[in-house]
Amino acid sequence: MIWIDTIIQGVLLGGLYALFAAGLSLVFGIMRLVNLAHGDLIVFAAYLILLLVSVLGLSPFLAAIIAAPIMFGVGWALQRHVLNRVLGPDILPPLLVTFGLSVVLQNALLEGFSADSQRLPAGEITTASVQMGGLNLGVLPLLTFASAILVIVGLNQLFYRTELGRAFRATSDDAVTAGLMGIRPERIFATATAIAMLVVTLAALYLGMRANFDPNIGPARLIYAFEAVIIGGLGSLWGTLVGGIIIGVAQTVGAAINPEWQILAGHLAFLIVLLIKPRGLFPRAVD
Amino acid sequence: MSLLETQGLTAHYGDFQALFGVDVRLEEGETVAIIGANGAGKSTLMRSISGVLTNGSDQVRFDGKPIGDLPADEIMGRGVAMVPEGRRLFPSLSVEENLLIGTYGRKVQGHWSLQTVYDLFPILQERRNHPGTALSGGQQQMVAIGRALMSNPRVLLCDEISLGLAPVVIKDIYAAVPRIQEAGASLIVVEQDIGQAMKVADRVYCMMEGRVTLEGTADTLSREAIHDAYFGGAAA
Amino acid sequence: MADTSMYRVQTQTRASYSAGAVCIALIILFILLPTFAGRGLIQDLFFIFTMLVLAQFWNLLAGYGGLVSVGQQAFVGMGAYAMFGGVILWGMDPVFAILLGGVAALIVAIPTAFFAFRLQGAYFAIGTWVIAEVMRLLVAQWKVLGGGTGTSLPRTATREMWATEWIQTTFDVRGAAARDILTYWLALALVIATIAGIYWLLRTKRGLALAAVRDNVEAAKSVGVDAVRMKWLVYLVSAAGTGLTGALIYVQKLRISPDAAFSVTDWTAYVIFIVVIGGIGTIEGPILGVLIFFILQSLLADYGSWYLMVLGLIGIAVMLFAPRGLWGLISEKTGLQIFPVRRRLVLTNPKDGSNSIQSDKQREA
Repeated sequence: MIWIDTIIQGVLLGGLYALFAAGLSLVFGIMRLVNLAHGDLIVFAAYLILLLVSVLGLSPFLAAIIAAPIMFGVGWALQRHVLNRVLGPDILPPLLVTFGLSVVLQNALLEGFSADSQRLPAGEITTASVQMGGLNLGVLPLLTFASAILVIVGLNQLFYRTELGRAFRATSDDAVTAGLMGIRPERIFATATAIAMLVVTLAALYLGMRANFDPNIGPARLIYAFEAVIIGGLGSLWGTLVGGIIIGVAQTVGAAINPEWQILAGHLAFLIVLLIKPRGLFPRAVD
Repeated sequence: MSLLETQGLTAHYGDFQALFGVDVRLEEGETVAIIGANGAGKSTLMRSISGVLTNGSDQVRFDGKPIGDLPADEIMGRGVAMVPEGRRLFPSLSVEENLLIGTYGRKVQGHWSLQTVYDLFPILQERRNHPGTALSGGQQQMVAIGRALMSNPRVLLCDEISLGLAPVVIKDIYAAVPRIQEAGASLIVVEQDIGQAMKVADRVYCMMEGRVTLEGTADTLSREAIHDAYFGGAAA
Repeated sequence: MADTSMYRVQTQTRASYSAGAVCIALIILFILLPTFAGRGLIQDLFFIFTMLVLAQFWNLLAGYGGLVSVGQQAFVGMGAYAMFGGVILWGMDPVFAILLGGVAALIVAIPTAFFAFRLQGAYFAIGTWVIAEVMRLLVAQWKVLGGGTGTSLPRTATREMWATEWIQTTFDVRGAAARDILTYWLALALVIATIAGIYWLLRTKRGLALAAVRDNVEAAKSVGVDAVRMKWLVYLVSAAGTGLTGALIYVQKLRISPDAAFSVTDWTAYVIFIVVIGGIGTIEGPILGVLIFFILQSLLADYGSWYLMVLGLIGIAVMLFAPRGLWGLISEKTGLQIFPVRRRLVLTNPKDGSNSIQSDKQREA
């Protein structure tokens, strides 16, 4: 029974990682852009929510709703004015620019909020739990997992059922020809990053309510997110969820054996999957 | 005033100059063919007009306004659509989605809609939910033409639409041209097949090494003149 | 043959000859420096030299090899820990244990490369980072070397380190200062060997092949360049060099912990900024970059995190507005090349050349 509990906790944790990863997967899938600042943007959004909570006295959920359009704008501007300028066949410039951005964000947050760890005050929901078939499941992890599923369903709908989604896929396939069809690739990219930042805000909300955070935890979140994206396979959002779950389960199982092995077990699971399937479990797009 | 014209159009790929002052014009309701050997600059001309390559603002004029330095999507928005060489369908999109891309982000009015494109190429309706790349070469070319028509362009640029297709398929594709003309579009057709070009065009430009070497109405040009313009005078 | 007498392929420029003379003078100056310089300067130069070596190897990897790694801290850490292991477990002299560090980094690089080369581009970058994290977490489990909290080099080992006694008596300094001088000389030797080695490599046929692989893997393959072998060569050389440097850095630091030795900021972020700001894909770039890096650090040292913020912003600005770095700007403006690797065709003796052509013609006639 203890093992079933451990695995279920891992699956729920995987939901959080999938939330970290969904925005990354979207951006990566559409423009092959590796955003090394993705983790720091999640932490940045968490601080933004914290700021709104403490200044306006809002609940974290309400604060996230206000933070979301701000992050949307941040994503749009970042892509439009910085990242679009370095996109191209050479992957080095975008890597280095987002790496620089990661360092800048981390240290700006350090300056602004100090290195003390913070937490979003979510009240009773943090400790609430429900009984399910003899298992005691936290409400917040369940909510996180449900949100992850919703986000992925939502993004898939956007991708395969809307005009914007068609433009996303067309631009991802062939930006030059998309231009000939009246699509401005730069705008599509900016929209994609802006939407990714909406998901980032949601991820930040759960990150901040579930555990302490400080300005330096971004890169570790980035790594988990990336592991989830890569395990899942480029361009497959459901694959990203599966990837998140694999990392989550590996971490909780590792931690159950020896608390020091939690992170290590997640990384090893990633390396093993990649060794067997270098393109991930469900590769869709051709890279 | 011509509907579309280039004046002293030059184009470069890095250090390499591909066009040396090309003057071409297209009148309303006309179909113009551009012929020439491989590397003559025909595709570069198409890429320059459509905005894939940017040029001096005044080097390309559409409807009297300079468009030479506009990006491709804006030129498309003004009413110049392109059927690119090699068809370039979006592999992630179904046939129907490929067609719908032609209307992205704007309300278009005119003859062409999903239904009229399906009327033009009935096979596409049957295959509407297949991925575009699962079709035969000829059917893919129909999708590429339909995709461009969906925006109801005033000018349709067709870059090598017969390339790599069997003669019987080429005949099918060109059978659609009169209906496209009737619906109100003016056409620039790039062709390597001179016979095909002469059949469809009102006027013909022949290009060699980045320059226009011959211009005239399709019925007045002699075989010899074309041959010379195509291969470079007495050298051939 | 007329052709060969008329032209020869040359990489030297006039600037490179005078630069060569300046280099030799500088090297002599640096060797003699401890006789008159204070300990602070020696320590600063040690820092500059070791960062420069790390930067040169990352540049070789990313700038020439096209392998953008975010995981070079793996080799700094492995090299340093292997050195500590050699000293603590086997009682080796720390100076010789540095070599062990290089070997250890080389050995772990082999399975790492086998894995990482299955990944392309961005995947490669993240993959190398994850591997470095795995190594950090594994080393943190190594209880004999202090586990997660780390450990120090034993006093006895540092006191009896090779050549320190001679330095102590010759320069009349204490043990700690003598150790600084020793590590400084070792760092100087490493810097010279690294730059000379990379310069040599780039000027050989292999170096040309490397540039070909970076520019276009498929095209390089088609003219017979074995891209895979070049990637292996560059990766392993960089790993070994980075491992040596890591071990040397920790002989000077004396104290190690997994978080410090496998720090992505200290050993990869800084290094990337040095290379990018200075100019990626050149030997001169990292030299210029490390000097700027050091000056910025000295100026902004009191401002804590502002320093890194400024560094990050400069890095972004350079990437956006001068992607070839500051050295790229300089050499574009002046045509200056200190370490020229570009081959140029030079007319050696036009008179002879024309004669020989003439004689050919006469023979035809």
